[in-house]
Amino acid sequence: METTPRVEARGVGLRAGLVTAVFLVAAIAVGLAVGSVHIGLDSIFRSVFSHVPFLHVHRAAAFDQAVVWQLRAPRVALAALVGGMLAVAGASYQGVFRNPLCDPYLLGVAGGAGLGATLAIVYAAAATAGSSWTVPLAAFAGAIGAVVVTYALGRSVGAAHMTGALVLAGVTMATFTAAVQTFVQQQHTQQLQNVYAWLLGGFSTATWHDVAICAPYVAASALVLVLHRRVLDVLSLGDDEATSLGIDVGRARLAIVVAATLGTAAAVSVSGLIAFVGIIVPHTIRLLVSTSYRAVIPLSLVAGAGFLVLTDVVARTVLSPAELPIGVVTAFLGAPFFAIVLRTSRTAR
Amino acid sequence: MQRHALAVVAALVAALAVVSLSAAAPEQMRSAHPHRIISLSPTMTEDLFALGAGKQVIAVDDQSNYPRRAPRTSLSGFTPNVEAIANYHPDLVLISYNPSGFASKLRDLGIKVVNIPAATNLKQAYAEILQLGRLTGHTTGANAVVHSMKTRLAAIVRSVPASRRHLRVYHELDPTYYTATSKTFIGSIYNLFGFKDIANAAGTTTNQYPQLSAEYIVQQNPQIIVLADTKCCQQTEATVAARAGWSNIAAVKHGRVVGIDDDVASRWGPRIVQFARAVARIARKG
Repeated sequence: METTPRVEARGVGLRAGLVTAVFLVAAIAVGLAVGSVHIGLDSIFRSVFSHVPFLHVHRAAAFDQAVVWQLRAPRVALAALVGGMLAVAGASYQGVFRNPLCDPYLLGVAGGAGLGATLAIVYAAAATAGSSWTVPLAAFAGAIGAVVVTYALGRSVGAAHMTGALVLAGVTMATFTAAVQTFVQQQHTQQLQNVYAWLLGGFSTATWHDVAICAPYVAASALVLVLHRRVLDVLSLGDDEATSLGIDVGRARLAIVVAATLGTAAAVSVSGLIAFVGIIVPHTIRLLVSTSYRAVIPLSLVAGAGFLVLTDVVARTVLSPAELPIGVVTAFLGAPFFAIVLRTSRTAR
Repeated sequence: MQRHALAVVAALVAALAVVSLSAAAPEQMRSAHPHRIISLSPTMTEDLFALGAGKQVIAVDDQSNYPRRAPRTSLSGFTPNVEAIANYHPDLVLISYNPSGFASKLRDLGIKVVNIPAATNLKQAYAEILQLGRLTGHTTGANAVVHSMKTRLAAIVRSVPASRRHLRVYHELDPTYYTATSKTFIGSIYNLFGFKDIANAAGTTTNQYPQLSAEYIVQQNPQIIVLADTKCCQQTEATVAARAGWSNIAAVKHGRVVGIDDDVASRWGPRIVQFARAVARIARKG
């Protein structure tokens, strides 16, 4: 399903960059300001900036400070990290596989992470405690393991048909991991609630601990992907053209897939499985700004962060005090979006 | 969007220019026992109201439907919203389930949280009531409730003649034959009577709520069937008798099929006496 490339030699424009940055800042402000407890802007400002050294901003009332800094701020920070990572990983996969419907879970990350998390929740007794390492670590290991197997399967087909083979191998992996996970779940029905809570994803119990686990991987991965944005533009011309232009296609693809996978695995291990972010955000950037990856990659990173922060706000206010799983909100937005992209990418040919 | 950004900038300027006000929260009146209790467990709600602490409860979760006068809210014990709970400014939050470790987030806010996991036998159920009595300052009330439960359960067990002990029992959780073994709380009630739970062979160390097959149930030929899926799935004596091949089961033949309110059969509070009474009545029948 390769579309005729419409690559424009344009990077991130000043206007686009500024608008996206303001969008992110505004999203963060909204994320910090909205919640069940009514807290004034002044208190919010003081709760956040009292942690910045040398500014000498005094703390707000203890309860307000705790709500903003312990409850909302980690949530907003984590949503920003995960949203940015999923969006940029999705854009990268779309570039590497030249398929506009690729999402960061393509190579089995979702299935592997789900299986890892289920095994940890079911077999490690203290796994569901607040700041335990077990579940995120297991989810991360599961995701990486699944992708390694998928890649090995896909490579065994040979270089010529590798992109197609990788996608099919990813589907195989997803089915297999889902089957094993369902079996384990059924054997331990007492933990069903915990497993589903993890699978549906969300930031309701985000802690600074989770942010600390996830941030280094996301930072490293995002850096690699942003540095490869020109390479992605060249890759979109096709393997032969890219090789003739001096790109080592195999190595470039491997580097991008590894970076995107590591970052996605880290994001998924702390947030569960949140779908559609990797499709909605890159495509919106393509529609609004430019189809060149020099613009799409960095802008997806920033816009994805803002998007997931706002989605999280919706998830916790729409049915307040009940919380909608964030995957439901993104699916509501994503499913029709997906259909539109499918239609436009067909009619574009 | 732009207004928000301007507001933040203005606040920054103001903060740098003005001496900060002391913002200590007013000292709260401390009484000996908590007076703003939130219960996120339907069983704990029943316990609290039974031992006389109802007036100290300000909010209960959406599943706490008994007693009627409990201040039911839309707070969830399964997908808890920490901020919404904190917004009530409780001085004690009682939970029996801690998904994703949300209790530590409440404790970060300085709120006392007590987690008493679901009881798996009567001894734990009594201990829970006594603990709640100590926490709320109603030890006398709690002792009275436990004493009453023990006496009444003993009387109910005595009312079943010796010939009717050791009946084979099938406890149905839903129409797809999920059941509970004798290692569960509800199983421990059957143990009081001496009943043999047909699910025991199917239970494993990790799963005390196995799913049986219709064939196995018919082959085991239970002498008493207890339906805990009357509210959720509209099962009754009639629907059970109508199941293919079930009319030959001893329980169906002798009319020893009883439907219990799902809530009464799934909680470990004072209403378990009601459950035991219904089971005893059906055991004496015929």
